[in-house]
Order: sequence, then C-alpha cells, then structure tokens
Amino acid sequence: MITGKYTKSTFIIEMIAIGLGLLFLVPFYFVVVNSIKPFSEILIDAAALPKEILFSNYMKVWDILNFPKAFLNSLVITVFSIAGIVFISSMAAWKMVRTPNKLSKFLFIFFVSAMVIPFQTVMIPLMKLGGMLGIMNSIHGIILMYFGFGVSLSLFLFHGFVKTIPKEIEESASIDGASEFGIFWRIVFPLLKPIAVTVIILNTLWIWNDYLLPLLVLQDPELRTIPLATSSFFAQYTKQWDMGLAALVMGIAPIIVFFLFLQKHIIKGIAAGSIK
Amino acid sequence: MSSYAENKKVDVQTGKEQAMASKRKAKLKKILSYTAFVGPALLFFLIIQIAPFFMGVYYSFTSWNGVSAAVEWVGFDNYIKIFTDDQNFYNSFLFTTKFMFAAVIISNVTGFGLALILNTALKTRNILRTVFFIPNVIGGLLLGFIWQFIFVKGFASIGDLTGLPFFQQPWLGTEDTAFWGIVIVFAWQISGYMMVIYIAALQGVDNSLLEAAKIDGASYLKVLTRIIIPLILPAFTICFFLTISMAFKIFDLNISLTGGGPFNSTESVAINIYQEAFTNNRYGLGTAKSILFFIVVVIFTTCQVMFTKKKEVEA
Repeated sequence: MITGKYTKSTFIIEMIAIGLGLLFLVPFYFVVVNSIKPFSEILIDAAALPKEILFSNYMKVWDILNFPKAFLNSLVITVFSIAGIVFISSMAAWKMVRTPNKLSKFLFIFFVSAMVIPFQTVMIPLMKLGGMLGIMNSIHGIILMYFGFGVSLSLFLFHGFVKTIPKEIEESASIDGASEFGIFWRIVFPLLKPIAVTVIILNTLWIWNDYLLPLLVLQDPELRTIPLATSSFFAQYTKQWDMGLAALVMGIAPIIVFFLFLQKHIIKGIAAGSIK
Repeated sequence: MSSYAENKKVDVQTGKEQAMASKRKAKLKKILSYTAFVGPALLFFLIIQIAPFFMGVYYSFTSWNGVSAAVEWVGFDNYIKIFTDDQNFYNSFLFTTKFMFAAVIISNVTGFGLALILNTALKTRNILRTVFFIPNVIGGLLLGFIWQFIFVKGFASIGDLTGLPFFQQPWLGTEDTAFWGIVIVFAWQISGYMMVIYIAALQGVDNSLLEAAKIDGASYLKVLTRIIIPLILPAFTICFFLTISMAFKIFDLNISLTGGGPFNSTESVAINIYQEAFTNNRYGLGTAKSILFFIVVVIFTTCQVMFTKKKEVEA
C-alpha cells in the first residue's frame, strides 16, 4: 500500500519520522554517554558529552558482574532450550498434522489453550515440583523447564506451517522404504526452515531476556544469567550510576548485536509469528 | 474329502489370523511412532505446565507455607481472605487494570501511527523501522533500570537545560507520575512491535481501493477510518490481545523501574503474588491469588477477542 511519489508532504513526513526516531534513541544516548563518565560528571550534567572517555567503569563492572560467566550461562541456556524446543515441537506438530484423528485434534487444542495460563499461576507449585524432580539450581534443570513452557507457541507455529506442505513427497519416500525419522529429518524438516527461523527468534527474545524463571530456579551465583547478574548488581550498588550504566550497556550489547545482524529475519519473523 | 475341506478351512483361518496379526502389528507400529513423535513434547508440557497448574488449584485451598510438610486443607479461607482482608492485593489489582488500559491504548495508537508513517515512500523507512523496533529486543528488567536513570538524572538535566516543568518533576517519586512513567516505558518498548504487525497488515491493503477513494474526493481521514481500519481489523485483534496480556502480566519492568513504589502504589498483581509466596512464605495464599489472576486473564482476553472478532464480522 505504499504510495509511490516523493512529494513535498512526503518530505515533511520524513522529517517528522526522523525526529521521532531520534526521540526513541535518546535513552540510549543517555546510557552510553554517561557510562564513560566519572560519577561526579554525571551528577553535574547528565546530558553533556563526556570531557574524556573513561573505560574504568567497564573494567570494574566486568569483574563484579562476572560478565563472561553470566554471558556464557545466558548463551548455554538460550541455545540448548531452543534446540530442544524446536526438536520436540516440530516432530510433534508434523505427526499431529499427518495423523488427523480426534486425539490429534484434542492435543492441539490442549497445547494451544495453555498459552493463556500466566507464568505466575504455575510458578509456585513448579518450584515444589522442581525440587522433587531434582532440577532446581541447575542449568540443565532450567533448560528442561523452558522445553515445557516453550512448546505451546512453537508447536502452534509449526502446526500451521506443516499444513501448507504437500504430503506427496513424504509418501513417495515412504514407498521407497525410508524410515519415519529419516523422512522427517531428511525431507520434512528442511522444508520447515522458514517457520523454524521464526520460532528460534521469538524464543531467543523471550529466553535470553527472561528474568523471573532464572530468579526462581538459579540461586547459585555461579549460575547467574545476564538479567540476574544485573539485578543483583543493582541491589548491591544502588545509585552508583557510573558503574550501573556500564553494566547496562554490557547487558544489552549482545542482544542488540544479535538483532542488528539478523534484523531483516527478525522483523519478518515477528510479523509472521504474530499474524498466525 | 471332509478332511480336505477341514484343511481348507484351517488354511483360511490362519490366513485371516495372519492378516489380523499384521494389521495389529501395523496398528502397534502406528501407536509407537505417534508416541515417539508427540510424546516428548507432551511429556514436558504436562510436567512443566499442566501438573503445576492443577497442583496450584489444590494448594490454593490449603495453608501451605512452602517449608513444612504438613499441608492443611482450609477450604475457601484463602479466597475469603483475599476478598475481605487484603487491601494491598485490591490496590495492586486496581493499579494493574488501570495500567493495562492506559498502556494498551497508548502503545497501539503509537504503534499504528508509526506504521502509517512508515508505510509512505520514505527514504529512511527501513532504518526507522529498525530504530523503532530496537527497544523491544531488550528485556524488561534492563529497560527498567535504563529508564530509572532517564527519569532520575536524564529528565532532571533536560529540565535544567530547557526549564520545562514537565522534566523537573520527581517522576518516580509521586504516585501519579510513577504510574505514567511505567506507561511511557512500556509504550516505548512495545510500540515498535505493534508497528511491525500493523505494517504487515497495511501492506496487504489493495492499492486500487485507496486510489478509487482518492479519485472520488475522499479525505485522508475518511480513507483511514472507512477503508484502511476496517480492512486491517484482524491486526487490531492480534495487537490488542498481545498488549493486554503483556500489560496485565507486567513484572520485570515494574520491579526494576519502581519496585512497586512509591508506597506500593505501582505494585502489579504479578509482583504481589511473587511477594506473597516467596517473601512472606504464604504459598497457599499466593497460589489462591495466582488462580484468581489466571481467571481474570482468561476473562479479559476472551472478552477482547470476542469483541474485536465481532467487529471484524460486522466490517
């Protein structure tokens, strides 16, 4: 629906839009600029550019946050949770679409309707159950929990996509004697790639940024993710904005880099995932 | 002769049995493969989401404190307490509901407005789309801390520079401004997300319809309200659904921006439940609140979906 000509009014709209865009970026300006100032300079004028660039805030915070460890924990949890979610939900979705009976229909509604359950409603008993199963305070434990929480939306997205793939190819492969796992992984899964990208992106933004589940499950300071390390830093060093802002810049940097590299896929994936 | 017939009969029978056996085998194989493919997803789903949900329903009728093994059945006591003797919960509910209305309206108006702007032939539309979307990739917890700094130090220095009273207020210090502070940050985070959905919908609108309306002399406002909005109502359904459920469940952003303050005035239901369970160690009461929370979320979202779906049909 884009109107083609570039007129005077388009130019005015463009100027307004750029103004709004800059307004959206103002918070980032404040955070980055002040993260390289000494504390006294922040107090005098937070809006001014720094007199000199100071990296000592970053160096101090790097150690206090134990940043490499927190980054690694976040990365391991995000990557393995998503690998598992993609694995189990794509397999289930395919089988359910290809076995159109009452059970499949019921299971599909069951999986999808659970999406309305707020996390707060399951978190309290889940902590008890997690203790009974021995999956508390461990990286692999929280990964298993993300499998359970991630499966609803991901299965829903895969399910919608599988319905659009013709099953003739699978049928001819099965006549040729390929096993079901072989058919799924060699023939079907490669076709699911577009929706798998969407699933991976949506789950990355959720799991990487998630705060409450790690807060409940990971008590050991060695297991802290980036959001957890940031919040415990702020609990300890309130109002020390010189270090606090450096911590925030370090905290948001990885996900922003991820976004800027994959922005086309991400924006497309978000739109596709929401419209379904 | 008779033995021959007998033999024949036996043959037929074994044939039948063999056919049935292979049929049974095929069925068993089908069940096994169904289990192998669907089982893992179902298992995790049942253990992590469904079992705790039903445990929660049970615990909401008990005096469970999370520590002692003895869990005492107390009937509806927790629910009665919540409704008759819990001013804080009532306040947090009121705050969350008010917040939801303000946040949903502002982030959708902003998101839709941005989508309309970026749907014109701007040279910078791709960069701007990225810019408006960026806040959405950062988690609520870090955003809250970022904005705490903006409200406390950033606004103060803008206030000093410009002399505008808007920036000179203690934004997180009074109940009203803290409320709007959270709304602003929520809208800043979510608008770009809504914009992406609205843009996708706008791109599906048929250009010839708009051209025809223009030739007939319709004003932009008329084109917008009579043609564009009715055509993309499904996008409004999705966006309202997403923003309602995100706003109503707000936790991370709320914790790091205001921590529920000043004087508990911005404490969301999610924070109230968390504290009841994990700070006060009243797990039974906490689960009862969380069940009520679930019921309200279901009511809100179904009402909204029904309402906008009805509009879609009318349009």
